[in-house]
Amino acid sequence: MKAARGTVAFGAGLVFAIGLGVSGMTQPSKVLGFLDLAGSWDPSLAVVMASALAAHVLAYRWIRGRKAPLLDERFHLPIRKTVDAPLVAGAILFGVGWGLAGYCPGPALVSSAALSSGALIFTAAMIAGMVLYALLDRTPRSER
Amino acid sequence: MDRFTPLAAALGGLLIGLSASALLFLNGRIAGISGVLGGLLQPDEGGRGWRGMFLLGLAAGGFVLLVLHPGALEAAHSSGVGLPIVSGILVGVGTRLGRGCTSGHGVCGIARFSTRSIVATCVFMAAAILTVYVSRHLVGVGA
Repeated sequence: MKAARGTVAFGAGLVFAIGLGVSGMTQPSKVLGFLDLAGSWDPSLAVVMASALAAHVLAYRWIRGRKAPLLDERFHLPIRKTVDAPLVAGAILFGVGWGLAGYCPGPALVSSAALSSGALIFTAAMIAGMVLYALLDRTPRSER
Repeated sequence: MDRFTPLAAALGGLLIGLSASALLFLNGRIAGISGVLGGLLQPDEGGRGWRGMFLLGLAAGGFVLLVLHPGALEAAHSSGVGLPIVSGILVGVGTRLGRGCTSGHGVCGIARFSTRSIVATCVFMAAAILTVYVSRHLVGVGA
């Protein structure tokens, strides 16, 4: 069971990365071209999200009717339901960083694995930021 | 609009949606990249093994792109090291504090019609659009 889950996770990561690359989202210039409404606007990112959402909304409608995933005892879904200050503050920090670099976590990791020079420093700093957060986080382990 | 690539965007988006769907259907897990990576750095319930495997898959995908579609990977723009360091730290801290990024909130969360994810996505999109406007059109820095 555990080996099967590992294989699935590897395959999902692989397909996810190729999806990011095919869609152009591993190119910061295309991401920034979407975010730059005052420039020569590139709507590609909106199409990527719409397409990913269309597939996942349909799949989720079907999946949520099931009691458990095929290879595990239960679904591991987020437990928080309310909009709180950390959510909004975190989203603002993330948005500013994303707007400055044109990289969000997925494309940054994929590009770094391919040793893309622009992504390596960003990814190292991003991991440092996550470690910094982990050191300061006081949320009980069960509520993360 | 001259750089708009709708077909590639739709195909790539479909692959991302299929990946997220397979991970949820088979493993019961959310394909949110910051959550997968962050959970490896800061353990929560439910193990590290699958996270490592997912990230290995992502890395393998990076190699596949490098070999078959190198144009998908962009070389560094000459903005020095300060900007990537600052923006990387902001993205790392922000995605952990806000519990998600473009994939976890923007795709997986919105597909579940999660209020938190819809709010987070609107906020980070707005913050990013404002940041690009200020950095490109007012200050003249940024990528």
